[in-house]
Amino acid sequence: MRKTCLDMVYQLAKQDERIFFIGSDPGVDTLKQFKKEMPERFIIEGVSEANLVSVAAGLALEGKIVYANTIATFLSRRCFEQIVLDAGLHKTNVRLIANGGGLVYAPLGPTHLAIDDLAILRAVPNMTIVAVADADEMRRLMPQTVDYPGPIYIRLAKGFDPIVTNDDAPFQIGKAIVRGQGRDALIITTGITLRLALEAVGNLKEDGLDATILHMHTVKPFDREALLKHAKDIPIIISVEEHNVIGGLGSAVAEAIAEANFEQPKKFKRIGIQDVFPDRYGSQDSLMEYLGISPEAIVQSIRHLRLSKKPIAELPEYEVFKQ
Amino acid sequence: MNDFKDSKIGLDDRSKHLREMIIKTLQAGRRGHVGASFSLVEILRVLYDDILKYDAKNPKWPERDRCILSKGHGCIALYVLLAEKGFIAEEELWKFCKSDGILGGHPEHKVPGVEASTGSLGHGLSIGVGMAINAKFEKADHRVFVVVGDGECNEGSVWEAALCAAKHKLDNLTVIVDYNKHQSYGSTFEVLDMEPFADKWKAFGFSVREVDGHNVAQLKKALKDVPYEAGKPTAIVCHTVKGKGVGIAEHNMQWHHKSKISDEDIESLLEGLKEYAHA
Repeated sequence: MRKTCLDMVYQLAKQDERIFFIGSDPGVDTLKQFKKEMPERFIIEGVSEANLVSVAAGLALEGKIVYANTIATFLSRRCFEQIVLDAGLHKTNVRLIANGGGLVYAPLGPTHLAIDDLAILRAVPNMTIVAVADADEMRRLMPQTVDYPGPIYIRLAKGFDPIVTNDDAPFQIGKAIVRGQGRDALIITTGITLRLALEAVGNLKEDGLDATILHMHTVKPFDREALLKHAKDIPIIISVEEHNVIGGLGSAVAEAIAEANFEQPKKFKRIGIQDVFPDRYGSQDSLMEYLGISPEAIVQSIRHLRLSKKPIAELPEYEVFKQ
Repeated sequence: MNDFKDSKIGLDDRSKHLREMIIKTLQAGRRGHVGASFSLVEILRVLYDDILKYDAKNPKWPERDRCILSKGHGCIALYVLLAEKGFIAEEELWKFCKSDGILGGHPEHKVPGVEASTGSLGHGLSIGVGMAINAKFEKADHRVFVVVGDGECNEGSVWEAALCAAKHKLDNLTVIVDYNKHQSYGSTFEVLDMEPFADKWKAFGFSVREVDGHNVAQLKKALKDVPYEAGKPTAIVCHTVKGKGVGIAEHNMQWHHKSKISDEDIESLLEGLKEYAHA
């Protein structure tokens, strides 16, 4: 997905002279071909993210479309004010390509784990946040980022992520993609958690349960309409994100459901990082599983919500999220 | 550089008139950054009278020079000039900080003539670097001027931007430092000393001059001469006096920012300005 994203930046730049690339201190040979063919539009700024975002905004104020790339934590945390003011307030066409969203950099420890980027950036007016599920979906996204108004945060997964999307439904920034027609549970995903949900849906079938997945590749603007349309008749709603449960996808879902004032109450669970700094290394997959972000956790949550009238936190036998 | 430390230069009619307009704007809003606006007057006056290319009736004219007031809290001095030059109606000055006005306590890019919203320090130079890179890319003749404060230069992002400007050989970019030697809490020498200030800019790859920031002739010459060296960005360190032009406000931190400005305050500012030495 990361390679596809950068390849697309190169392809798009070849066709559109407005496109610039700015990196901080990326891996050697990043976009080598871009640099060779369009050196005047290829800028490496060094380890100075605050400057990088504002320079990108300055170029964008002059009509350029600027793809700025570094590691997700540095891009969302270090230069937050530059993002709020120079990208957000000015509504500049800056595209923040964030390497290693979520737990991708598991072996590198908590300084490199982007577990709060969605929450941080959701709070910025004018910001669009996209987390696609695989390289194919990235290919569908990128052409739409060229003329989309205002700043966009593009959350990248690890790379070589299994392909789980298809082009049955048209891809459009801001529009959720529906998978399945199950009426027992509604599973909301973003980024690579679509893969986990698809696996969970398969496992649920053993229980005779069928779920619908709503893939929110765009976390903001949030497709409230699609959520409420599907949530209306489905009693159990689960959100799954590779992110703190505070402020990200689960919060967006909770806000929409709470304000919908459904006549029939909903059972709801946010699957994600339970407001802790991950304290293990390993791989992205092993860390997700350790933190309770897995197909198994989705299945267990749905089973428990079906059986219980109590809030899930009050169920003593429920172990999946305990560490 | 200590020759510049206490500019005793008097003010001509135009400088006094601009300060009078600033005082009237302060009166309308009953608040504002007083000292920071007064130290800027000659810098902005020379830019808008003699240096910048612009078309007030077409503020987005592509060939205009870009001017960013990165120390956004000095905005009243900018607003007065934008009104005088016809970017905005003078009536807007009398709605300063009011709910039905367009001029707030920091400049916003929605205001004609304002290139970038500033107010949080340490952003303007990087934005200006982006604009200067673009001008080079477009092979355009327009230039970029960024006015920064001395306290603002405490921000690390200013120096990130400085490194970047030198790297890109942006001789179309000029940084103008309003070195009034005071920040909100006190003297810059006590809060966070930037000395040797001019040498820092040199070390970061700029071609540097120092001027008396209230001496119109010196400012004009320094700004007309840019760039001083091909392939290098320019820094002009302007030695100024915080509150310049009104005795009670000069070097007086009580006048850095004032709210609840009374008619008596206004009277004493106008009186002080009237009595100030004439150039």
